[in-house]
Order: sequence, then C-alpha cells, then structure tokens
Amino acid sequence: MNAPAAGGSSSPAAPPATEPLLVATGLQKHFPVRRGLLQRKVGAVQAVDGVDFEVLPGETLSIVGESGCGKTTTGRLLTRLLEPTAGSVVFDGRDISHLPPRAMRPLRRDVQMIFQDPYSSLNPRHTVGTIVGAPFRIQGVEPPGGIRSAVQDLLSLVGLSPEHYNRYPHEFSGGQRQRIGIARTLALRPKLIVADEPVSALDVSIQAQVVNLLEDLQDELGLTYVLIAHDLSVVRHVSDRVAVMYLGKIVEIGDRADVYERPMHPYTVALLSAVPIPDPRRGRSRARILVTGDVPSPLDPPPACRFHTRCWKAQEVCRTVEPPLEEKTPGHRVACHFPETGGAPVVELAAPAPGEAAEPASSRPPAE
Amino acid sequence: MAEDVLAGAPESGPAPRPSGSGRPFLDVRDLRVHFPTDDGVVKAVDGLSFSVERGKRLGIVGESGSGKSVTSLSIMGLHKRGSARISGEIWLGDDELVAADPERVRRLRGETMAMIFQDPLSAMHPYYTVGDQIMEAYRLHNDVSRRAARKRAVELLDRVGIPRADARVDDYPHHFSGGMRQRAMIAMALSCNPQLLIADEPTTALDVTVQAQILDLIVDLQAEFHTAVVIITHDLGVVAELADDILVMYAGRAAESGPAVDVFTEPRHPYTWGLLGSVPRWDRERSERLLPISGSPPSLINVPPGCAFHPRCPYADRNGDRSRTERPELVEVGPRHLAACHMGLEERATLFHDEIRPKL
Ligand SMILES: Nc1ncnc2c1ncn2[C@@H]1O[C@H](COP(=O)(O)OP(=O)(O)OP(=O)(O)O)[C@@H](O)[C@H]1O
Ligand SMILES: Nc1ncnc2c1ncn2[C@@H]1O[C@H](COP(=O)(O)OP(=O)(O)O)[C@@H](O)[C@H]1O
Ligand code: SF4
Ligand code: SF4
Ligand SMILES: [Mg+2]
Ligand SMILES: [Mg+2]
Repeated sequence: MNAPAAGGSSSPAAPPATEPLLVATGLQKHFPVRRGLLQRKVGAVQAVDGVDFEVLPGETLSIVGESGCGKTTTGRLLTRLLEPTAGSVVFDGRDISHLPPRAMRPLRRDVQMIFQDPYSSLNPRHTVGTIVGAPFRIQGVEPPGGIRSAVQDLLSLVGLSPEHYNRYPHEFSGGQRQRIGIARTLALRPKLIVADEPVSALDVSIQAQVVNLLEDLQDELGLTYVLIAHDLSVVRHVSDRVAVMYLGKIVEIGDRADVYERPMHPYTVALLSAVPIPDPRRGRSRARILVTGDVPSPLDPPPACRFHTRCWKAQEVCRTVEPPLEEKTPGHRVACHFPETGGAPVVELAAPAPGEAAEPASSRPPAE
Repeated sequence: MAEDVLAGAPESGPAPRPSGSGRPFLDVRDLRVHFPTDDGVVKAVDGLSFSVERGKRLGIVGESGSGKSVTSLSIMGLHKRGSARISGEIWLGDDELVAADPERVRRLRGETMAMIFQDPLSAMHPYYTVGDQIMEAYRLHNDVSRRAARKRAVELLDRVGIPRADARVDDYPHHFSGGMRQRAMIAMALSCNPQLLIADEPTTALDVTVQAQILDLIVDLQAEFHTAVVIITHDLGVVAELADDILVMYAGRAAESGPAVDVFTEPRHPYTWGLLGSVPRWDRERSERLLPISGSPPSLINVPPGCAFHPRCPYADRNGDRSRTERPELVEVGPRHLAACHMGLEERATLFHDEIRPKL
C-alpha cells in the first residue's frame, strides 16, 4: 500500500515533510503476575518494554515478530484499549496515553481496530445491519440519509451485498465475516486503523481478497494502517515501513526495502531466512540461518540484548550492555552491537535459482 | 548423538518391502469418506487416489475443509466406526486398510504408520509426563521393560532436539513450549520406526523460526529412515520446500497432482493458478496486486455439480456446458502429472504462459 507521500513503488521513499499521525515514545506495558491466596505480585510479563516509533499519515506500518513478542499488546496500546505502564502515545497531536474512556470516546471515531478472529469478534445474535451500524449509534452520529443506507453503502464498499443487511454472522464465511468487521471499522471514517492479524484466520484465496480490499480502501479513503502480522510475505506486499519486534522490543525498523533487502539485525535475518519460498526450484538451495530453540519467556527475558540466547553472533557485550535502537542509515534503525552490514540479501530477488548457497552462519539445532 | 538411536527398535531400516506387487508403498485408490449428518451427507472425500513410495514426500495442499484431514484419518483408521462411510482401497505395503480388521489396523498404527497432528496438546495427555507417553507408545508394540522404554524415550527426545532430554523426559506437556511439544510428538510418532509418517499441518501453530527447525527435523529423520511422508498443509511455501510430489485438493477430490516442480512451474488447473496468484511472493519484485480466487470454498453437503470449482472459475464458460454438468476426470498432462479440467490442454498451456504466469 503505497503511501501517497512515498510515491510509486520504484521511487526511493523520500522523507515526507508531513507531521506524524501517531507517535509512540518509550511505550511500555507490564502485566503483573499474581500468585497465591493473597494474589501477591510475584513478577511482571514485560509484554511491551519501551518501544518508539512514528506512523505517518497515509502509510502502512507493519509490526512483525513471533508469537508473544508483544504485537497485539502494542496495537491495543495504540488504540488505547490498554493503558501503558510507562511512555506515551500521541495521536494527532494529542497525548491519549492516560485518557479516561469518556475523554477517549470522541477519538474512537478516528482510531479503530480490526481483530484477528472474524468468528468471535462479531456478536452472533445481532444482524449484520446492527453490527455495522453500531458505531453510529454508540457515537450518536446520524449519517445523512440515515443509518440503514449508510450501512448498505459500507457493505457495498467492502464487497458485500446491501441485501445482507438482515442476515446473521453465522450465515457468512470467514472472509465475508472479516469484511463485515472491516465495514464496521470504516463506519465513522477513521484516520487510523490498527489491524491485528486481519487475514491470518482466512484461507489463502480469501486472504488475497481481503488484502486487496484493504489496499483499495486505503487508496480510496486515504487511510493510515498499522498492520500487525506474522506472515512476512503478506507484510512485504502491503507495507511502506516495517518494525520487527522481539520479546517486547523493536529490534529493527525501516522502509520495506531496508528491512527485506538489507536487514541488519541478526534476528530479522534469521526470521526472513526461515520463511519458506513457494518455488521448489529456489527454496531448497537457499541458505537458511537456523536460530536454535524457542523464544524465551517475557516473564524473565534475557538481560541486555534479549536475542543473545539465540543469536549466533553474540559476544560478551551482548549479555551485559543493551544495544540501543540506533539509526544506521537514514530511516533505518537497528538495535544490535554487531549489525549485519552490506551482506547478501537473504533472498535474491527474481534472480535465477542460486547455485551453491553460502554456508549458513549457524547450523542445525544442537541435539544435546 | 548416537547414529542408530531410532534403529534401536526391533525390525527397522530401509529394507525393501518383500511384496512383489509393484504397488507403491502407500496406495490410495478411489477413496470416499461420507458423513451422514442431520443437514445431509458430507462428502468430505469423494473419489481420491494417490500414492507415495518409501523415501518420498508427498505434500497435500488445499483450503480448509477440502478433505485433507479426513483423508489422513482414514489412512490411520481413526474415523469413528458408524459415523463415517468409507469406501475405496488404501494399500499400505501388503495390507488393504479399508476392509481390514480394525485390530489389524490398530497394530499397524504405531508399528508401520504414525501421525503428527497440528495441535500437539490435543494429541498428548495433560496428566502424564511426556516420557510416560512416549514409553507407553513404545511398549504397546515392543515387549520391553520400563527401564529400556525410558532409555529409548530419552534417546528419542534427544534425537528430536530437546535439550537436556534426560531431565525433560519427566516434564508434563504443558511445561514444554509449542515447538518442544511438536518435537515430543514427533518423538512419540517415531518410537517404533514407522515406515509411513503422516504430518497434518505439523507447523501451522508454530512460529517461522521454529517451523524451520521442525521441517528440517522431519526431512532429516525421513532421509535417515527411508520413511514415506505425507505432509498436509495449506502453506504453499512449506510444500515447495519439502515435497517431492504435490496433490492439490479441492472439495474432496484431486484437482491436480504431480512432481512438485511441475505443479509449481507448469500448473494445469485453474484452481492451482488461483492458489499461486493468492500468495504474495517475497522472493520476487513486489507485484501491485494479488490475484485472489473469487468466492469461497463450497459446502461439502452441496458440492456444485460438474466441476466443483466452476462457481469460482473464470474459465467455466469456455467449455460449453461441460464445466457445469460433467465432472472432469484426472488425466495425464505431463509425465506423472495429472489435472482434472475440461479445458483443452493446449488452451490451458497457452493461458498459463500468456496470462497467468506474467502476473504471478
Ligand atoms: N492481560 C495480560 N495479562 C498478562 N500477560 C499478558 C496479557 N496480555 C498479553 N500478555 C502477555 O504479553 C506477551 C505479549 O502478548 P501479545 O498478545 O502482545 O503477543 P503477540 O505478539 O500479539 O503474539 P501472537 O502473535 O501470538 O498474537 C505474551 O507473553 C502474553 O502472554
Ligand atoms: N466427523 C465428521 N462428521 C461430519 N463432517 C465432517 C466430519 N469430519 C470432517 N467433516 C467435514 O469434512 C470436510 C473436510 O474436513 P477436513 O478433512 O477436516 O478438512 P481439511 O482439508 O481442512 O483438513 C469438512 O467439510 C468437515 O466439516
Ligand atoms: S546485540 Fe549481540 S546478541 Fe544481540 S543481536 Fe546483536 S550480535 Fe546478536
Ligand atoms: S473444468 Fe471448467 S470450471 Fe473446472 S477448472 Fe476447468 S475450466 Fe474451470
Ligand atoms: Mg497477537
Ligand atoms: Mg485439517
């Protein structure tokens, strides 16, 4: 989804002169862990632990990372469904971090969230009309021409039929339900949509329908997206910029091309090299960098660089000094003491099948 | 790690099947699995044939509800008697499983064939330790002492990459992370050196870095033990990296099948084209738009007549009425490469080269 500011896909993304729509600074969310009869606090899940980024108007910023790294929590902080334990979220020039629900209500028109599960996010007892029209009622907005006709317009906008107005969610397929959810999100013409895994519960053929719909709506309505996803192929397809999270931190953020073609954080490199390529002639000869083991628990994350327990480049300093998120090239920020520089891209673009690929930097998971 | 950890089981190794039938190791012929329900008969699998040799990997792809899991459960003999009507033939070596005595199938399960499920938690018992469950699976088919079984459980966990296996063997499944549980389930499935391993969405619940580890593990073990592997997934990337052959399923039948390279580079079924157009290719220049398939998969109670794909197929009008009335049979479109479509083969080849491939 090309931001208007970024121009066509081939031109280098010039830094837009516009003010960011949203700024997250030192954003943190720790969930207390309580045990025992007295529910004493015994620790904290450091779900999001100090992240900084900006979202520019009209762009798609994607947040990627493995399960439990804090993507959803970040999304809920941005939309103020959660209150941060530290740091701030400034939306459209206004600090919303600690706004009480009542003060937040008018802002709900501008900031909306699409949820992952198209099955549980729609009330099964309400008709499609009631569901999609709910934001008008909650906000007390009377659209010109009435709610019914506004809802029918929204249904056509997302590729459903206006006749679906009186039907119930269970009569629809997963992809159609996701469209219903998107129609509801669009009712009040929000500026920012935070979409949490909007296609991952859908079949591939349906995913493509919804991805195209989200792109069309962005072009048509000038929407800004924060997309949360773990599918790196989809993210590359839709994003202007990409942030990679690991255990509650952003480890790398930059333009799509920076992150995909010139990744600098070892975790990004490992993540990209693990994505299977749907081409039997190419995927198999590719060097894979296998990180060992699983993601550690966010209850007790490793000190300093959180990736050091799985990183093949880790040195003593990685275990003692936390690497700051630093700008390495314009707009490309990386948190690593020993970033990859100018190496070969993880995946050669459109090149003929590579022959003998380089030795993987680390080999198979150890068996001991 | 010991070279022959898994060979510790009695009767093992890549010894060729004694049968002289010339039949592939796993040979499924015209399989039908129908479930009578209150709403009508669910034709989950409706005339499916495929085969896998030992040492080979078959990837089955298709959207949810296309009958992939029902197929694998049929092979394993895991459908509830009475609820499913199964016909056709499933040959595993010299045994035909559909008509076989359930006791015989039960023996083969674990000894000759084993399965890995998408969700390891649902396949493991929460109140028994991981080690106990592997030991039980092993002792069911091998008359050995608890001590010997425990030793083997530790060896297996070690082989599948569980760190400190001798300590972790006493953990409960919920102490393991998702990736470790999947490894433990693989260890359990491998306890008796099965000659056929069916993996139903083995990595769908896992993160990509862990998925890569598990896929590598399956490939390593398969090469080591010359197993026939059926890997079921909706992820085209996974089959592309893993499978020798590919079977594309749609509405309980094969739309296309053949060597992986041919199915990916010279696909001859419009549904396969649709699948390929639906996934963004991040190893290529970024395309402006994806090419989705319109509509959604059919209900298997009311499978569309003729070609089940016709309501979603952009070419359904090209064949007179045939796409709507006559079911296309699987026919050869290349060496070992089959597709079920009424459109002329030349026409499909031209369409693919001129219109589909440039946009992928
Ligand atoms: N309300 C809560 N109380 C305690 N811990 C929580 C809560 N919500 C999230 N967490 C924990 O915070 C961490 C980050 O969770 P989050 O849902 O943001 O992950 P995610 O990146 O969205 O993962 P996924 O890809 O699985 O959706 C996880 O360890 C999760 O268990
Ligand atoms: N026990 C059952 N009774 C009735 N219908 C079933 C049963 N098991 C599976 N089905 C139906 O069979 C079809 C194929 O299911 P399945 O093989 O699980 O699909 P998938 O390709 O996603 O693995 C689906 O429509 C499913 O609802
Ligand atoms: S800081 Fe050290 S451990 Fe962390 S990613 Fe960089 S090299 Fe690896
Ligand atoms: S038989 Fe007809 S409807 Fe079916 S795939 Fe071929 S052209 Fe399309
Ligand atoms: Mg999440
Ligand atoms: Mg299934």
